[in-house]
Amino acid sequence: MWRIFPEKFLVVLTSFIGITLLSFTLIRMAPGDPVLLVAGERSIDNERYQTIERQYGFDRSLPVQYGIYLKRLLKGDFGTSAVSREPVLREFFRLFPATLELAFCAMLFALCLGLPIGILAAMKRNSLFDTTAMSVALVGYSMPIFWWGMLLVLFFSLLLGWTPVAGRLDFIYDIPPRTGFMLIDTLISGKPYALAAFINALHHLLLPAIVLGTVPLAIIARMTRSSMLTVLKSDYIRTARAKGVSSRRLIWIHALRNALIPILTVAGLQVSLLVTGAILTETIFAWPGIGKWMLDAISRRDYSVVQGGFVLIASSVVLVNLAIDLLYAWVNPRIRRGR
Amino acid sequence: MTGIVTRHSRAHRSALSIFWREFRRNKGALVGFYLLLPIILMAIVGPWIAPYDPAEQFSGHLLQPPSWRQAGTPEFLLGTDDLGRDILSRILYGARLSLGLASIIVLLAASVGVLLGSLAALTGKVVESVLMRIADIILALPSLLLAIAIVALLGPGLPNAIYAVAIVLIPHFMRITRAAIRDELGRDYVTAARLDGARGSRMFVRVLLPNILAPLIVQTTLSFSTALLDIAALGFLGLGAQPPVSEWGTLLSQSRAYIQLAPWTVTTPGLAILVTVLAINLLGDGVRDALDPRLSR
Repeated sequence: MWRIFPEKFLVVLTSFIGITLLSFTLIRMAPGDPVLLVAGERSIDNERYQTIERQYGFDRSLPVQYGIYLKRLLKGDFGTSAVSREPVLREFFRLFPATLELAFCAMLFALCLGLPIGILAAMKRNSLFDTTAMSVALVGYSMPIFWWGMLLVLFFSLLLGWTPVAGRLDFIYDIPPRTGFMLIDTLISGKPYALAAFINALHHLLLPAIVLGTVPLAIIARMTRSSMLTVLKSDYIRTARAKGVSSRRLIWIHALRNALIPILTVAGLQVSLLVTGAILTETIFAWPGIGKWMLDAISRRDYSVVQGGFVLIASSVVLVNLAIDLLYAWVNPRIRRGR
Repeated sequence: MTGIVTRHSRAHRSALSIFWREFRRNKGALVGFYLLLPIILMAIVGPWIAPYDPAEQFSGHLLQPPSWRQAGTPEFLLGTDDLGRDILSRILYGARLSLGLASIIVLLAASVGVLLGSLAALTGKVVESVLMRIADIILALPSLLLAIAIVALLGPGLPNAIYAVAIVLIPHFMRITRAAIRDELGRDYVTAARLDGARGSRMFVRVLLPNILAPLIVQTTLSFSTALLDIAALGFLGLGAQPPVSEWGTLLSQSRAYIQLAPWTVTTPGLAILVTVLAINLLGDGVRDALDPRLSR
């Protein structure tokens, strides 16, 4: 596992440079005076103007400006929100758990349904179940999730009244944020209504998680089916079958273990997709995570948050991908022992 | 001379008929093809068959339900929105806009991507590693996040949204072009062409390009659905086409507030997006299987 580390580290480093260069360039391509953009105001007094100009090095050459920008980022200074006057980094860490909780539940939903559906479809190849499941999966894969979210809200929240329309928790519960994960915070809050609040939080999570998990679910179901079909055709499965291994054991022990490797790779690749989906899902369900935060920042013209948020979200995606690569190397002996 | 042209076009026709024979075997692909045909037709003739102007407001018919509902009237087949605009007309006009936008985006992404990809494959190692590294970084980022960042900083609106979605799609074309060209460079016919004096642009356009077309066509089809979805998503978020333009995603974002009062304003634009994307994806699967049997499931 550690053998691939230097190479992966280099990839992360260049990605980080690329991301920062991109955000650095974009803010300079934005229409208007960059000093005013950073300040977030239309007009500021001369003294403040010069302070910001000096602080960000807007009066220096571009490479120097980029150097100053990088130095600030490395110190953990991602700028200050023009609206809330709070450091961007602090806002990010406050809101990130909400997105993480949503993404985790969405992935759980996708895996818990996608794996069995894919396996069953492969076992009963060309059956009615297989055809139906794969057709539905293709519809799910093609789904504009912002519309899907609205349909689910319309049906389950507005017509049936089963689930709440928006937010993470009803206002009647007062839960102090400790971990930022509502499901955990409600349980450890020590309040007499902790369990009721937990169930309420779960209710709020249900629809957003389904919406965000729909496309990954479709991809995982399709991938599991094709991966299982490839494995089931292989020689060692035929050997196992000839030796009299029961078909249940054959599927669940022999085949699935090997089919899981490509499935896990594909599941890992969903991180980017989840972030994209989270931006849309959070908008529909007024979910207070980083996706909604970015969009609110755009509508408020809070450029520091847009720029800082972009760097932070993109870097997290790169880091999570690194973690998955390392995990994958650890799981898959062929990579672990060097190619 | 005529002989050569005839032989060439006959070979062309037979390639097309082989493709069609392979393509037809895939039932899903055929369904996609027949689903997409009326949608494309709608995009072409939509403005002529639309009953009204998409911006025309009928103040006496605000939020009129579709004709099959009790309160509906046959004048407004799919009902009207909050400003009394005919939804059918808006969807029909929107078809041209949404499909047109997706086409422009894919064309832009494909031409830039193929150009950069072939540059990476045909020039030196430094250019290659720089270009491909940039492509990798863009590919690793969530597509919509990058598009949103670009649009947010350059300002919302259609042109910036088009650039943003195209930029996100370019790396896919770059990778495929580079890989395909590198595959072909080692083949005998390329060596023969080189010995025959083919260099530079001639080598690229006449010798290499026709032979890497298959994976590029597959990628183009698949990118089309991504472009359609992303531009609709940007429209939905208020960063793409701006009202009163009747782009499908923008229609959805405008009718969001009326979801409970008038659900039909939400269902039809979304259904239009879903059916189109589904049709393209079905078609894409078929095109891939027919053009490149190695990639098929």
